[in-house]
Amino acid sequence: MLTAIITLLVIAAVFGLVLGFAAVRFKVDSDPVVDKIDALLPQTQCGQCTYPGCRPYAEAIANGEAEINQCPPGGEPTILALADLLGRDPLPLNPEHGEVKPEKTVVIIDEELCIGCTLCIQACPVDAILGAAKQMHTVIADECTGCDLCIPPCPVDCIYIVPVKETVANWKWPTPAEAEETLDAGS
Amino acid sequence: MQTVRDIFHFHGGLQLDEHKSISTSKPVQDAPIPGMLVLPLLQHIGQAARPIVKVGDTVLKGQLVAEADGRVSAPVHASSSGTVVAIEARDVPHASGLKAMCIIIETDGKDSALETSGLVDFTAVTAGEIRERILKAGIVGLGGAGFPSAIKLNPGEFAIETLILNAAECEPYITCDDMLIRERANEVVSGARIMQYALQAKHCIIGIEDNKIDAHAALQLALADADDIELVRVPSRYPAGGEKQMIYSLTGKQVPSHTRPLEIGIICHNVGTAAAVSRAILQGEPLISRTVTLTGSAIPQPRNLQVRIGTPIADLLSLSHSREDDIDRIMIGGPMMGFDLHSNNSPITKTCNCVLATHKRDRIEPQASMPCIRCGECANVCPANLLPQQLYWHARAQEFDHIQDYHLFDCIECGCCDVVCPSHIPLVQFFRFAKTTIWQQERDKEKSDKARERHEFRLERLEREKQEKRERHNRKKAALKKDSDKGDDPKKAAILAAMKRVQEKKSTDTPKPRNVENLSAEQQKLIDEADKRRADNKTTENKETDKPS
Repeated sequence: MLTAIITLLVIAAVFGLVLGFAAVRFKVDSDPVVDKIDALLPQTQCGQCTYPGCRPYAEAIANGEAEINQCPPGGEPTILALADLLGRDPLPLNPEHGEVKPEKTVVIIDEELCIGCTLCIQACPVDAILGAAKQMHTVIADECTGCDLCIPPCPVDCIYIVPVKETVANWKWPTPAEAEETLDAGS
Repeated sequence: MQTVRDIFHFHGGLQLDEHKSISTSKPVQDAPIPGMLVLPLLQHIGQAARPIVKVGDTVLKGQLVAEADGRVSAPVHASSSGTVVAIEARDVPHASGLKAMCIIIETDGKDSALETSGLVDFTAVTAGEIRERILKAGIVGLGGAGFPSAIKLNPGEFAIETLILNAAECEPYITCDDMLIRERANEVVSGARIMQYALQAKHCIIGIEDNKIDAHAALQLALADADDIELVRVPSRYPAGGEKQMIYSLTGKQVPSHTRPLEIGIICHNVGTAAAVSRAILQGEPLISRTVTLTGSAIPQPRNLQVRIGTPIADLLSLSHSREDDIDRIMIGGPMMGFDLHSNNSPITKTCNCVLATHKRDRIEPQASMPCIRCGECANVCPANLLPQQLYWHARAQEFDHIQDYHLFDCIECGCCDVVCPSHIPLVQFFRFAKTTIWQQERDKEKSDKARERHEFRLERLEREKQEKRERHNRKKAALKKDSDKGDDPKKAAILAAMKRVQEKKSTDTPKPRNVENLSAEQQKLIDEADKRRADNKTTENKETDKPS
């Protein structure tokens, strides 16, 4: 009887130590779910979800504070991916947060009109606008996420939204169905 | 050397009508220099070249007009002498029909060439220098893909066992490699030797389809009694000229999924590329022209032409006396893997091996696709051993994870499955759609990762700036406090000293009563009384002011 108790206690102690050691040794710094959700978000950092950036939104989803349908730039694919990851039911995009853009866009600055106020630079979440006070500003198009956050602060309305140009390098074959549609539309 | 080598038969494939003899009856003709050369900056796989000429510059034939930009890139040379009139987006031969940046040269007809010099003995220089010269000559794979050849001639860490020269040219209608070998077999052979030297490959095999009897004979003649290069015939069966199929036919080795042939010690180059390499090394001539097959039912005189790169396709069509009204469609490449040309103004590029124009009377109405009946015929003919039917389901459902489980990227887009499909499903287009969409998603992912990084960096920067500001503020505050404690601030000391002086002056400078000498007792008494009153008044005043109001 006593031997059994001692044996079990020893075993419990050993496993407890092993688990305790593992908990310290293999500590996960950040919440892996947040990382996984963040990886699925489009990283436009536009704040349309009402959170200040994609990661805070990911944290809110992980904490159950936000729904998965608040990201217009991600649109349906992101909602489906999030639903798949979290085992939730997919929801239609919440129109309160905006609409899905029909095509990818970036912004350009009309350099003739720019007065160099730096307000757009402060608004850009990814530091994609280059310029200094009283110097002309310009957008690094490759880095622009199309969040349009720089447009409201501009005092002279010199920032325009332009669609991302399709080039030979980023062109995508249409599906055969799409091809037929365009043929029908053309004829 | 003619050896007996076991030929392995790859899975699937098709026996197609060749339509090759119509364009092989006449010798290769030099196409005239066009009035306008349109040189796209991107004629290869990789980064577009960067122009180094300006509008208005005069250029000579063979002069560099755009340099390689990045690791995977190739330069572009002027195909004839003339003046640069524009650098702008123009129609290019691409499946998308989009315009791309081109250098446009108005030719002067003189065709004055830049002085060039080649190597007499290529073994006198290192393999690295050979590659450098090939890169500078702007040579890319002329079989169709257009991968910069210098990179494919760099074995890197791998030891190359076999260099294969692909002379199969299995696609119907195309005969440019066939005619090139017939007329310039010596160049092909010397190019093969240069490539073998650059790769330090142990063996070199030229694989040719057994339907090219004349080309085979020409190569045999060029090789004569040399035993360093093996000439091997493979059965004519589409797509015998696919890289992986050719490697399997000749060596029995299969290139594993997601690996390059290089990793199993084999490199495969096209014969046209070999001829271009020979010219670049021995004559110092950059790639400014190529053999192009001009064929199809809408071309009255189908033949092969030696065309300057940048010649508009419309010029070639008028050269062949074809009537524009007769042409139903023009394809670049063969009927199996080629794509529709959107504009006749598009130029011939380094990778255009064939212009196939079909007559309106031969128009085949595209048949409406029907549901898949799961006959499995597509899997039977797939030379890559894939399951096109499964790929089709997943492509249609846009399940891009699952489609890669079925090795979508091993598909060579040969079109065999399209041909045999009884339901006329455009399978290859589904696969192309899936491939390009996956690439797009990968690009998007890359971009979003970069955006995340930049956003995090920005947050970090803002936080750092805030911290620095706070620190600066604290430092200033601390400095101020220390000074006041010590009291050695000169300003403060000065103020204090001034105040002290005033105080002293006040205490010493109390006005002295005048005419107080020689006073009588009476007078003194009056003064004393007055003083007393004043003093009393002052105390009461003080008392009143001390009182809280």
